[in-house]
Amino acid sequence: MPRHDSDVSTVDTASTVDAVNSDAAVEGLDRLDTPVAPSGRGLRRRRLARSVLAPIGAIVLIIAIWQSLWAAAFWPEYQLPAPLDVWRQILEVTESGEVWTLLWTSVHRAVIGFAIALVVATPLGLLLAKVPLVRAAIGPLISGLQSLPSVAWVPAAVLWFGLTDAAIYTVVLLGAVPSIANGLVAGIDHIPPILPRVGKVLGANKLQAARHILLPAALPGYLAGLKQGWAFSWRSLMAAELIATSPQLGVGLGQYLDNGKNLSDMSMVMAGIGLIFLVGVGIELAVFRPLERAVLRARGLSGAV
Amino acid sequence: MTMTVALDVSASDTATDAAVTLSGVQKVFGHGARAVTALDGVDLTVEPGEFVCLLGASGCGKTTVLNLIAGLDRPTGGDIALTTTRPAVMFQEAALMPWLTASGNVELPLRLAGVKKPARRERAAELLNLVRLGGVGDKRPHELSGGMRQRVALARALASTVDADEGAVSLLLMDEPFSALDAITRDVLQGELLRVWRATGPAVVFVTHDVREAVRLGQRVVLLSSRPGRVVREWNVNGLSGVEEARVIDDVNARLREVISSHAAA
Repeated sequence: MPRHDSDVSTVDTASTVDAVNSDAAVEGLDRLDTPVAPSGRGLRRRRLARSVLAPIGAIVLIIAIWQSLWAAAFWPEYQLPAPLDVWRQILEVTESGEVWTLLWTSVHRAVIGFAIALVVATPLGLLLAKVPLVRAAIGPLISGLQSLPSVAWVPAAVLWFGLTDAAIYTVVLLGAVPSIANGLVAGIDHIPPILPRVGKVLGANKLQAARHILLPAALPGYLAGLKQGWAFSWRSLMAAELIATSPQLGVGLGQYLDNGKNLSDMSMVMAGIGLIFLVGVGIELAVFRPLERAVLRARGLSGAV
Repeated sequence: MTMTVALDVSASDTATDAAVTLSGVQKVFGHGARAVTALDGVDLTVEPGEFVCLLGASGCGKTTVLNLIAGLDRPTGGDIALTTTRPAVMFQEAALMPWLTASGNVELPLRLAGVKKPARRERAAELLNLVRLGGVGDKRPHELSGGMRQRVALARALASTVDADEGAVSLLLMDEPFSALDAITRDVLQGELLRVWRATGPAVVFVTHDVREAVRLGQRVVLLSSRPGRVVREWNVNGLSGVEEARVIDDVNARLREVISSHAAA
């Protein structure tokens, strides 16, 4: 075997120079082998430009198409209002200050609902991931719930709780809890099995293993679950607000949308859709995206974001 | 089946002062007709400060032996006695926690043991210096090369032993720690391991399937047979070099081939 012979010579040379040159050899090898991070300023600027300019370009294009469809009178005015009309509508609610009431009513509900969902879903996810019996029993149920549109719960919630905040929170929870729990389960399932073993040989007891190894290792999956959970909270809330409308509940964005429909005011409806979209995207961009990016970048997984 | 496991000195009178004593250790995986006997009557003694290489072909249960000594698995029969309650263990993969810095990884076992922050900082810096990584404590695992990660893993393993009063490590278990590295890095790290071992003086049980590596590193090479694993032969290879070393390597290779060939006939 020729490979064998060359092996002999490497080892022999290395052992003779061992003591003298190993310092330099180790240092040189480290320098040669260390992964080089592409961290040029030009690259970062280009990436920033792409991530900001590309979406702006897309929005401009969509509005341009919208404007030309409207100008061509493709659909009647009450079905497709001018972009400018919708903008005026948004300006109007902003100037009258009504928009802040709308936003506050909806966003504080979504945040409270999401927070409750978080508190419920985290232990649930841990149980699902770590107790086989629990997973066998309710795992499929939770996954099924995730694909059930939460708007389907609105009639039931209204019959259970009447037109109250409790009904709305019920719908939000049923929408968000399965996503967050499943995210945590996926995060824990994807932990490389070597890490818990390492934890054991480093002397971690069960509680320490959960705190110092399982939870941080599952964090990327958990965060993805939280992100999806927020999207589901917001969606479910809008469904609930749109259907369960009552003066006692206050006017949120869903109710505003419903009012627009009742007034046959298409520009109001589109303004409502626009605001709902903005809040959803805004929270995602302001809270979840930076959080996710920080976590993934710290682990060298930032290629995708 | 009797199961007697003794993991500390007080529970066993067979361990007088050896770092590791295995007597008649048996390990069976599975039950009934499908049961596979991985180890059958393994006897092995490792003296304090001794460097022993466990050598064998695939399926000889050398990793099983290591897992049993490390306490990751329990023997089906026989006794295992250690002088330490928690040996330092290193795996084939560095398996560093990707969310911690190099220094954070070395500090992890100290944190688990409840060591206060300034003390563990100091100890981690000391250990990183020992493996010549003093300058990269703040780097994350993905910013390090494979060889550097494996040295961080070594520092972390050394930090995990608790029996150390003065930071001395009494037993280091290594499961093919260099087999995933390229040949050049492996060669350099073998030298580094010997240097660290001479500096810290633990007993080492080093599992490998590389005959040359075993003879270069070990003071004693122990050859295991496959399915079931038993100790076939031992060689004292302390301080060998040149012609003698080459002769032992040939001898070990010949015996290893005999062991493998016996499976073809069976």
